[in-house]
Amino acid sequence: MTLWHTVLIASVACAALKFAGYLVPAGFLERERPARIADLLTIALLAALIAVQTLGAGQALVVDARIPALIVAAALYAVRVPFVLVVAAAAAVAAGIRAVT
Amino acid sequence: MVDEGATDAPEVDPRARARVVRDGLAVGLATAAYGISFGALAVAAGLDVWQACVLSLVMFTGGSQFALVGVIAAGGAAAGPAAIASSVMLGLRNVVYGMRMAPIVQPTGWKRVVAPWWTIDESVAVALAQRVPSLQRVGFWATGAAIYVGWNLTTLLGALIGDALGDTSAWGLDAAAAAAFLGLLWPRLKSVQAGAVAAAAAVVAALTTPVLAPGLPVLVAAVVAVVVGWWNLFGRRRVPEVPA
Repeated sequence: MTLWHTVLIASVACAALKFAGYLVPAGFLERERPARIADLLTIALLAALIAVQTLGAGQALVVDARIPALIVAAALYAVRVPFVLVVAAAAAVAAGIRAVT
Repeated sequence: MVDEGATDAPEVDPRARARVVRDGLAVGLATAAYGISFGALAVAAGLDVWQACVLSLVMFTGGSQFALVGVIAAGGAAAGPAAIASSVMLGLRNVVYGMRMAPIVQPTGWKRVVAPWWTIDESVAVALAQRVPSLQRVGFWATGAAIYVGWNLTTLLGALIGDALGDTSAWGLDAAAAAAFLGLLWPRLKSVQAGAVAAAAAVVAALTTPVLAPGLPVLVAAVVAVVVGWWNLFGRRRVPEVPA
C-alpha cells in the first residue's frame, strides 16, 4: 500500500460518510433519543476539542499560556463580549504570556 | 442567498445576518490558521505537497486529516490501514452532522454536492448556534465557504513552506482555536445534562490523550454523549417507558 492509496481511500471514505448523513431518512432525528444523542454529541465533541486544544501537545498534557487565555475567554463570554473579540483576546493573552516568558 | 419557498421564518434581519456571517468568517480564520500546521505536519510526516492538498480538498475534515498524518508520521507508509481506520472513525461524527443539517440546509442542485462536503464541526456548530432556520443556513454556508477556501490555501502554504514558517503558537493561534470552540459550546450549556456531558467529555479527552493515538481521545469522549443521551441521564424530563 503506497501513501497515495492511503490518502485516496481515506479521503473518499471520509467524504462518503458526509454524504451518507444527508441520505438518512429525515424522520430519524425527530425521534427523541437520536435527537438527544445528536445534540449531546456536538457538546461532547466541542468540549473534548477544547480540552485537547488547551492541554494537548502531541500525546502529552501541558499546562501553558493556553489555560489563562481560555479563562479570559470564558470570562468575556460570560459578560457577552462578541465572539470575534473574545477569540482575538485569547490569542493576544497567549501570545503576550509567551512573549514575556 | 435565495430562500425560495422558505416558509419557516420571517424576513432575515440584515444585521443579524451580517453578525452570523462575521462569526462564520472568524471561525474560518481561526481554523485556517491550523491549515498551515496541517500542511507542514503532512510534509514532515512524509507526504508530498499534492497528497497534503488532496486530503484538504477531498477529505476536508481536520480531525481526520490530523489523525491520518499522525499515524503515518509514526508508522510510515506501512501504517496505511491504521491511518485509514483512525481517520474514518473520527469522520463518523460527520454522519450525525449530516443527519442534523439535511433538514435545515435542504440543498438542491449543485448544493447537494457542496453541502455535505462542507458539513464539518465548525459549519454545523455555527449553524446550530443560531435560533431561526434562515440564520442557521447563513451560518452554515458562511462558515463552510470561509473554512473550505481558507483551509485549502493554508494547507498548500504550510506544505510549501513547512516548518520554516515558524511556530504559529507564538501568535497565540492555538489558544484562539480553543477560545473559538468555547464560543461555540457556550450557548449550548443551558441544561444540567449539557454541562455534565461537556465536563465529562473534557475530562475523558484529557485523561486519554497520553494513552491513545492522537485524534482518538475526542472520539472516546463522544461515547459520553451516547451513554448520557441513550438513558437520558441528568435529564430533566423522564419519558415513561410503558404507557400508563
